[in-house]
Amino acid sequence: MEALIAIVIGVLTACGVYLSLRGRTFPVVLGLTLMSYAVNLFLFVMGRLMIGTPPVIQENAAYADPLPQALVLTAIVISFGMTAFVVILALRARAELGNDHVDGKENP
Amino acid sequence: MNHLVIAPLLLPLLAGTTLLLLRGSATPVRQAVSMLATMALVVIAVLLLLKVADGSVLVYRLGDWPAPFGIVLVADRLSAMMVLLTALLSASVILYALRGADHDGRFFHVLFQMQLFGINGAFLTGDLFNLFVFFEVLLIASYGLLLYGGGADRTRAGLHYVVLNLVGSTLFLFAVGALYGVLGTLNMADIAQRLATVSEEDLGVVRAAGLLLFAVFALKGALAPLHLWLPGAYGHTSAAVAAMFAIMTKVGAYAILRAHSLMFGPDSGPVAGLLDPWLLPLALITVVAGTIGVMASKRLSQQAAYLVVVSAGTLLAAVGVGGAEAFAAGLYYLLHSTLAAAAVFLLADVISKARGYALDKLVPGPELPRGQLLAGVFLIIVLAISGMPPLSGFVGKWLILQASIGEAGMPWVFAVLLVTSLLVIMTLARSGTMLFFKIEEGAAAGNPVRTLDLGAPLALALIGVGLVVYAGPVYEFGQAAAEQLLQSEAYIGAVLQVATGGSQ
Repeated sequence: MEALIAIVIGVLTACGVYLSLRGRTFPVVLGLTLMSYAVNLFLFVMGRLMIGTPPVIQENAAYADPLPQALVLTAIVISFGMTAFVVILALRARAELGNDHVDGKENP
Repeated sequence: MNHLVIAPLLLPLLAGTTLLLLRGSATPVRQAVSMLATMALVVIAVLLLLKVADGSVLVYRLGDWPAPFGIVLVADRLSAMMVLLTALLSASVILYALRGADHDGRFFHVLFQMQLFGINGAFLTGDLFNLFVFFEVLLIASYGLLLYGGGADRTRAGLHYVVLNLVGSTLFLFAVGALYGVLGTLNMADIAQRLATVSEEDLGVVRAAGLLLFAVFALKGALAPLHLWLPGAYGHTSAAVAAMFAIMTKVGAYAILRAHSLMFGPDSGPVAGLLDPWLLPLALITVVAGTIGVMASKRLSQQAAYLVVVSAGTLLAAVGVGGAEAFAAGLYYLLHSTLAAAAVFLLADVISKARGYALDKLVPGPELPRGQLLAGVFLIIVLAISGMPPLSGFVGKWLILQASIGEAGMPWVFAVLLVTSLLVIMTLARSGTMLFFKIEEGAAAGNPVRTLDLGAPLALALIGVGLVVYAGPVYEFGQAAAEQLLQSEAYIGAVLQVATGGSQ
């Protein structure tokens, strides 16, 4: 399970890095999104992977760490807002600069 | 608990929300609210500074949850000083913004107050994840401010800025997650304590997380090679915003200083001095890269942006030298460079408006209306930022050089700082000649200069003069702050209530 999650996070991050290094705004935005998915997963599993345990401290019973879940919620909200912003900004750059290259120039 | 600690956060938050509700009202109403809130922030910052001047560490536990379980705000000398600097800078900047920059839309003051909320939060928080949240608050406000007014150049620079900072935020979260996964805490004081006893097999993860954090802070603080976003972003935004952003690189520098002294300080056992091999060389490279940028700039505002890079490098060089004396010199230089850089941005805008079609491009242009007055102000501000006696830049650089005597990096610090200072002085002298003396006959000048436009840059320059006149007390305060930083046990004790045994 741990290995599978680790591979998933690694693949997501690698794809995110590759896409965010592209020259057009659309792949860059997709890359940023993939990276934020990867980091959200990463934060989540930092509380260790547990199955069937409630995130509530109980006497003599296993419990899942609730803090990473709270962190992940915050991180999701922030990255969601930021993605929305960067999409709008990319659209505006497309309108104002006349193309969707991140530097605003077609193949200089 | 002392509620004064949270006041620098609540005030801009409330002011920003109020301004959002007042968005339909007349411009003077919004201006008055924003101005009053910023003035009140100065008062609060002074009170906070007086409160912590005796060396106490004020801890504010949000929701009264004991640390390390709840989030804490911590005010020590360094935090209080940074909050006061932010307040003074924002008061001057808003004076300038009232004279035109805020007329382009309704939300300038809302964004401005939210920016202050984020910056003050980043300076006061004692929790790593909370620091991330405040970084995001100040960043999203800065995105709005940066793009304020629009235009193709601004949009392009803004896109780079936003994308880079989103990547930075992702790295920050990776670092926070890794630290939490190993140490099980997010409270910075608690992290510092647990780092000292981290086990051998976790050491690699912790070191990686620490260096990731450093990379993120270096991105915010414009440390080479992560400084390339800055000239574009700062050089193309409106002057008031660029002047306010002079404090933003200092947020990165503050975070590096805090991490360097608290989490990776001398008491941190296996990770002590984690940043030592990186800080000084990168800082000096930043100074050189910034100076080359200053020399190559074609516009005064771009030159000002590269001056911010130079000052970020100089400041972090002081941090990299290490020790109480160097930290104190760095803190003095931090105060000076923030105010001086902001003054250059504002002055560049005044000059740009007065020069009509030539803007602030460094080419021969029309004769400036009231050129002598402008040239006088230019001279004062440029003397300050380039580090010529008798102004604050000279004192700051002299203190840094003095602190580096006898340290390992001394030859490099001396060589780089002295040579780049000379080059900056020469370049700025050339800019001044170009702007004020090389006149194209018969060219139409721009708008007449209103004396009040010069109020904000002069106010910033005056605070700089104050820094020279009161250099002694300011430096002593810096030294006290530096010593407090190096004695991290007191900070950790106050936050975790080990030594004090009760709330302060």
